[in-house]
Amino acid sequence: MRNADDFSRPLSVSRLVLLLQELVEDNFVQVLVEGEISNFSAPASGHLYLTLKDAEAQIRAVMFRSQARRLRFVPENGLQVVCRGRVAVYRQRGELQLVLDGMEPQGLGGLQLAFEQLKRKLEAEGLFAEARKRPLPAFPRRIGIVTSPTGAAIRDMLNVLRRRSGGIDVLLCPVRVQGEEAAAEIARGIADLNRVEDVDIIIVGRGGGSMEDLWAFNEEVVARAIAASPTPVVSAVGHETDWTIADFVADLRAPTPSAAAELVVKNRLELESHIDHLLMRLQRPLRDRLRLLQARVEGLRRRLLPPKERLRLQNQRLDELRRRLLAAWGLTDTRRRERLALLSARLDLLSPLQTLGRGYSIVFRERDGKIVRRAGEVAAGEKLRVRLHRGELRAVVEKTSS
Amino acid sequence: MTDISFEQALKELEALVERLESGDLPLEESLRCFEEGIARAAACQKRLQQAEARIEQLLHDDEGNLRIEPFADGED
Repeated sequence: MRNADDFSRPLSVSRLVLLLQELVEDNFVQVLVEGEISNFSAPASGHLYLTLKDAEAQIRAVMFRSQARRLRFVPENGLQVVCRGRVAVYRQRGELQLVLDGMEPQGLGGLQLAFEQLKRKLEAEGLFAEARKRPLPAFPRRIGIVTSPTGAAIRDMLNVLRRRSGGIDVLLCPVRVQGEEAAAEIARGIADLNRVEDVDIIIVGRGGGSMEDLWAFNEEVVARAIAASPTPVVSAVGHETDWTIADFVADLRAPTPSAAAELVVKNRLELESHIDHLLMRLQRPLRDRLRLLQARVEGLRRRLLPPKERLRLQNQRLDELRRRLLAAWGLTDTRRRERLALLSARLDLLSPLQTLGRGYSIVFRERDGKIVRRAGEVAAGEKLRVRLHRGELRAVVEKTSS
Repeated sequence: MTDISFEQALKELEALVERLESGDLPLEESLRCFEEGIARAAACQKRLQQAEARIEQLLHDDEGNLRIEPFADGED
């Protein structure tokens, strides 16, 4: 500090500013200031410039690139913030400025704000759209997993996969899941797995933790990597209640890493039962058809008798016919006899012999046996035979008269 | 049959089932469908019942190329 008696000599501006600089910078090494952001600008250099103000005053502030990179949310004009930093003098302009190394929004935390901001932004871009979400392949040959090789998540997932499914290969892409580098590693892991040929599903995630622990999964670079992944991505971050930006962008959000593995396997079990079902459907029509054909063949077979059996049957039939023939014959025989008797009786009635019985006789010419009906047919001396009812006579004609 | 992909085998199996269910195939054709269907289903099931899954990890070598190595998590 300068003494008062030095007021007689003028100071150069540089000197004055330097003195002020020492005064200010030695005494305000670490301050916490709350105020509202205005005049915010973020040029290409990566440094952030803003003015902090309240109702009565304002002060310029800068946040250099290295600190600005660690900032989770994007400062906005009008935002009430609490800043941590030191007071410095900007010598070329003779101005005071706050050099900030930290900034937190008031009310909700910076992480929460950052989350909301990125969510709004990506949603506006359409990255969460339902139409973008792809179904998981039913039969993954190989699952890519982006997570820590030592965490609970990989252990849980492998347990489920080992217990519930044969033959799904796992390709782990080991990354850090928290800390500075985590987001970049996760994003690169997703891209790397897309370069491996038969990875059908990618699970990206980690076990539970604080919002800070899970932060990598709320980073834009991870969201972009998921959105850009040609392979469907399942997010599995923390517990049921933890929602991250990754969850919104992923094709499917699993509540936990174990659940992600279950989902992948569930598809597979459904597939197995689908195949069982197809097998049953394959067999049924044929079985029904064979049953029908069998019945038909059986019917035909029954009609197709062995020769011996056929002979037996034919004999039986023959016997039967014979019996019927005889019966029929017997019938006709009896009838014939009856008929004969009848006819004989009728014949008898007509028989000349009957007439003879009444006293008539028949006269035959001896020479030719002709029946003599008129006297002129014989001459005197001709021999005759006379047929009587009983016996006959031989006679000679004495005389004829007509 | 062995080098046909699972998805392909499944698609063919589904088609064969539908053909068979349409019900107007001659018996020989049905039988052929059936036998092919059984073969496809067997191929699918074989893929599904493969015993042991490989657990591997994807690493970068010094040149930044990807390489795949077995991953041991204490279970194997």
